[in-house]
Amino acid sequence: MAVSEVATTSDTYTASVRRWPITRLLEDERWLSFVLLLPTLVLLSLFIAYPFVKGVELSVTDAKVGVPGNFVGMQNFAALLNDSIFRIAVWNTIVYTAVTTVFKLAFGLWLALLLNRNFKGKAFTRAFILLPFIIPTVLSTFAWKWMFDPTFSVINWTLFRLGLITSRINWLGDPNLALISVIIVNIWRGVPFYAISLLAGLQTINPELQDAAAIDGARPWQRFWYVTWPLLLPVTMVVVLFSVIQTFADFQLVYVLTGGGPANATQLFATYAYQIGVGTGLLSQGAAISLAMFPVLLVVVIVQLLYIRRVETL
Amino acid sequence: MIEGAKWRRWVFFYIPLSAFVFTLLFPFYWMLVTAVRPDSELYRPWSAPNYAPFWTAHPTLDHITYLLQETLFSTWMLNTLFISITATLISLFCGIFAGYALSRLKFRFAGMLGTGIFITYLVPQTLLFIPLADVVRNFHLGDTPWALILTYPTFLIPFCTWLLMGYFKAIPRELEECARIDGAARWQAMLYIIFPIAVPGILSAGIFAFTLSWNEFIYALVFLSSPAQKTVSVGVTSELIRGDVFYWGSLMAGALLGSIPVAFVYSFFVEHYVAGLTGAVKG
Repeated sequence: MAVSEVATTSDTYTASVRRWPITRLLEDERWLSFVLLLPTLVLLSLFIAYPFVKGVELSVTDAKVGVPGNFVGMQNFAALLNDSIFRIAVWNTIVYTAVTTVFKLAFGLWLALLLNRNFKGKAFTRAFILLPFIIPTVLSTFAWKWMFDPTFSVINWTLFRLGLITSRINWLGDPNLALISVIIVNIWRGVPFYAISLLAGLQTINPELQDAAAIDGARPWQRFWYVTWPLLLPVTMVVVLFSVIQTFADFQLVYVLTGGGPANATQLFATYAYQIGVGTGLLSQGAAISLAMFPVLLVVVIVQLLYIRRVETL
Repeated sequence: MIEGAKWRRWVFFYIPLSAFVFTLLFPFYWMLVTAVRPDSELYRPWSAPNYAPFWTAHPTLDHITYLLQETLFSTWMLNTLFISITATLISLFCGIFAGYALSRLKFRFAGMLGTGIFITYLVPQTLLFIPLADVVRNFHLGDTPWALILTYPTFLIPFCTWLLMGYFKAIPRELEECARIDGAARWQAMLYIIFPIAVPGILSAGIFAFTLSWNEFIYALVFLSSPAQKTVSVGVTSELIRGDVFYWGSLMAGALLGSIPVAFVYSFFVEHYVAGLTGAVKG
């Protein structure tokens, strides 16, 4: 009697679980994960993996818009090595990435440390500070382009009124200044991202460590250098690597401000690839220029992966 | 909390913080002033006696009415809204499932797939836009909103997946096991127990994905060609400039109005946005 009762309850139990064959299939973790990952895999292979293969394919042909092109081997890459504009673009990209990263990190850290204190209106300030990062880059860059306008620049007007300059500065038209102007806008846009990410990192650090160091007689600067900074380093690394990738491949800022000019003074990898691939319609060369970024990006990604793995195993 | 003498507080705190806030926000103020300033004042030389660059005595809505009546601006807004919302929903759908599978299920290649998705997360749009334009054309998606709706998920899905993996990992396994002991199928436990707990994470991912789509530029620039299909960023860039002539008043009005939807969403969900931003970095 008792035994049969147990049997029936276990029957109803299994019945409630195994209603449909498909449900039974989804009980298997391998099948369930396959089904769950399928939409992602389809989209990513169609629009990332396939274009990547296609890009490599394009870069070894002489295809133009509407012309399929023939296999030419490494000719496009060889041509790039002798292309003086490409060399300028590589150099500009390196300078642009290095200089902006240093300044974004320095200012971002400073701002994060300021925001990490308690003061009235802190949440409010933090919310407003992120605006340069969330407002569409192209649109806010237009505001800068207007502020840099050769004739009506408000920056020039202010400097002039303060007596700091006597003639107008041609921010974007002067080849020596254009890259600096572009760098300024990139820093302006990037600092909030650094500040907010680093602030999140700072907030995970136990304030008692600071207090303990203070009791031991550490000065504020020592407290920062020996306590806060080492603990903040993992977050800092990830933020920097992210931002390096984004900056290295930047396009919109330069496209709006200078279009790569004057005389290629602000030409970057991406703007040059656009100019050749879309502007002139030399698809294969454009694809080759884009792909030339790949080795550098790969190194950064590998560093990041190794770093994250190390942090996770710690 | 801020200790020390009054002058120290000013030198080390109030002055630098105000300088940061001023510099970071000034361009937006400038946008606003320019958008409501009449042309006669905009293009007045410095030497004019009554030149006052930081405000205007005669605000006008001319630039905004021009923008709304004479250009396709409202069409661009609707296009961008449609594209951003649809791309975000698709990416959330894929990202939630993928994030769950990668963080809570055991299967072969799980580690490899996770790394693969992380790498696609780091692929910048400028690396692939030329071959991708070809692919989009071959699929007959060129110059339609679907060209963007289907390609934006390539950077949104990895982001959502990565962010949500963090959220799913933090949910204790026991919750799911309890539901399974009570007779729930595995997918039911996932759908009714785990997903509702992860709602804050899903919201963060969605808001961040929406702003990323609204912000995207190069795909929209390359894949769309007819003026009526364009997004706000591209429309403002290409259609409000005739040759070398910039209509700064309407350009700034366009920049201002084009930012409102993102700013609006952001203002309601600041905390979620920040959680998305920092979660994405911490992984």
